[in-house]
Amino acid sequence: MTAHEPSLPEEWELVVGLEVHVELATKTKLFCGCENKFSHIPNTLTCPTCVGLPGSLPVMNEKAVEFAMRLGRALGCEIHPSVMARKNYFYPDMAKDFQTTQYDQPTNADGQLALADGTIVGIERAHIEEDAGKTTHVGGGGRINDATYSLVDYNRAGVPLVEIVSQPDIRTVGHAKAYVSELRDILLAIQVSDAKMEEGSMRVDANVSVRPTGSDELRTRCELKNINSVRSLGRAIEYEARRHVDLYTNGEAPRQETRHWDEEGGRSTAGRSKEDADDYRYFQEPDLVPLSPTAAQIAEIDASMPVLPAARRARLGELSSVADEVIVTVVERGQDGLALGAIEAGADADKVLTRIQNDLAVDDWSAVTSESLAMLIQMETGGELTATQVKQVLGEMAAGEHGGDPKVIAAAHGFEAMESNELETLVDQLIVDHPDEWSRFVDGDDGDRKKMQGFFTGQIMKATKGQADGRAVAQLLGQKSAG
Amino acid sequence: MEWSGAVSLGAMTQRITRDEVVHVARLARLSLSDAEIDEFTSQLGDILEHAADIEALDVGDVEPTLHPLPMVNVLRPDELCPALDRDLLLSQAPAAEDGQFRVPPILGEEP
Repeated sequence: MTAHEPSLPEEWELVVGLEVHVELATKTKLFCGCENKFSHIPNTLTCPTCVGLPGSLPVMNEKAVEFAMRLGRALGCEIHPSVMARKNYFYPDMAKDFQTTQYDQPTNADGQLALADGTIVGIERAHIEEDAGKTTHVGGGGRINDATYSLVDYNRAGVPLVEIVSQPDIRTVGHAKAYVSELRDILLAIQVSDAKMEEGSMRVDANVSVRPTGSDELRTRCELKNINSVRSLGRAIEYEARRHVDLYTNGEAPRQETRHWDEEGGRSTAGRSKEDADDYRYFQEPDLVPLSPTAAQIAEIDASMPVLPAARRARLGELSSVADEVIVTVVERGQDGLALGAIEAGADADKVLTRIQNDLAVDDWSAVTSESLAMLIQMETGGELTATQVKQVLGEMAAGEHGGDPKVIAAAHGFEAMESNELETLVDQLIVDHPDEWSRFVDGDDGDRKKMQGFFTGQIMKATKGQADGRAVAQLLGQKSAG
Repeated sequence: MEWSGAVSLGAMTQRITRDEVVHVARLARLSLSDAEIDEFTSQLGDILEHAADIEALDVGDVEPTLHPLPMVNVLRPDELCPALDRDLLLSQAPAAEDGQFRVPPILGEEP
């Protein structure tokens, strides 16, 4: 955990389960051929089925089912025969007055997700359902409770979702955040969703409770909604857990309810008390037949599964000795393929990964190839370029300058490593010009030596306009003072 | 089979209570008169009684039925269909505004 990890009083333990809704990146909606995309023009992506007109019938999108199963398998779930159900409620975001979802027989169940640090979080289920429309409340400050009326846009109604429900296995805020980022990385790797929390294609609700440390009971939980970023998730869980601890400490208890996270105010506010599941009067959707994937279909999905982030991290871990965070970042940014290629082309693995992490934190690095990166790293290890120059060259490679060729870019800047005898001549001259400083370097205490090393290096950089290799200078000064 | 009111009234006291019927009616936003509550309590009791009869059968050798229709995997390709004309769509609604459906104030909260 980071130093910023807030902690509960020692005698309390956090218990969190996450429910993540993910919009599937299909071309069309779940039950009709309307386009699945975001549109600013309301009610232009609708048809009789997704606005619930009488006589319309839903037909399941095969791509959505395939995507859902692919996600299930990526999370280690078993795929079961499943049926759709109607979740009935009175709210106008669905014109049908119900949401078509999966209830007691979901497609995916019993999986797990391994966090980057090896912690395992159980996945209870990952079921298929449709998204609802969007309501806007007019009058009374735009809040639902005092609005004069509301407006409804059904463009999003019927967009395919998978809801991934974790077990209450998460014990720290850091793990909750890591779960979401790992899930996002998996979604991107298997290409079933663009998984953007800020745009709503990935939405996270958190079930939060606390219990005395060491106990295995599950106490009353509250479900936090309206969490719009990973950072916000951490703050919301932290706030809610403290609220529970305060209640118990005062001899009170939280009540089971949905709570609304207010990011600006940094607090959660009470919503409706959690309805019992049967209050939704779930029943089987009579207009859709069961899904029953064959073993061959599941085998095909497994065979087409790309290497997942966890395995990609493990691969880089075997090849290098850099810190875990470096590998996590490189894989998260999808730059591990680039790194692997450069390593295979003969570049030093640790240098490749460190360079990518530090100097390639840009949105578009498509102009950098494994070959050009390998060449650059070899120029660095060969002493042809200084660290500062490498950074600059890599930046220009990413920007596509000079065809992304590191040799051409370096030449254009006149970056050429000084011959070591040139450097030595320069150092000898400086020793003659600054005898006092030199004797402080040779005979002084550690502090003096450090200060004078800085002085001589600075002088050399000034004389060479920054082209000397800092490490070579340090080495030379060391040799001279010892000799 | 005997379906007299007396028999089903006897059954309903075991299968479903008046309070449960009132609760279910509230969930479905149905307003029932006292006479209707009695009537539906009796009818639902009969249905549950019938279900109990079936439950009593030994079905150990019968494959569970997922769905009344003997089909699975009815799917469509992920292909676009033309959208409805918005003006036509909104003309079917009691009220519309700014290209959206206009609905009365919502009591309660988002599901």
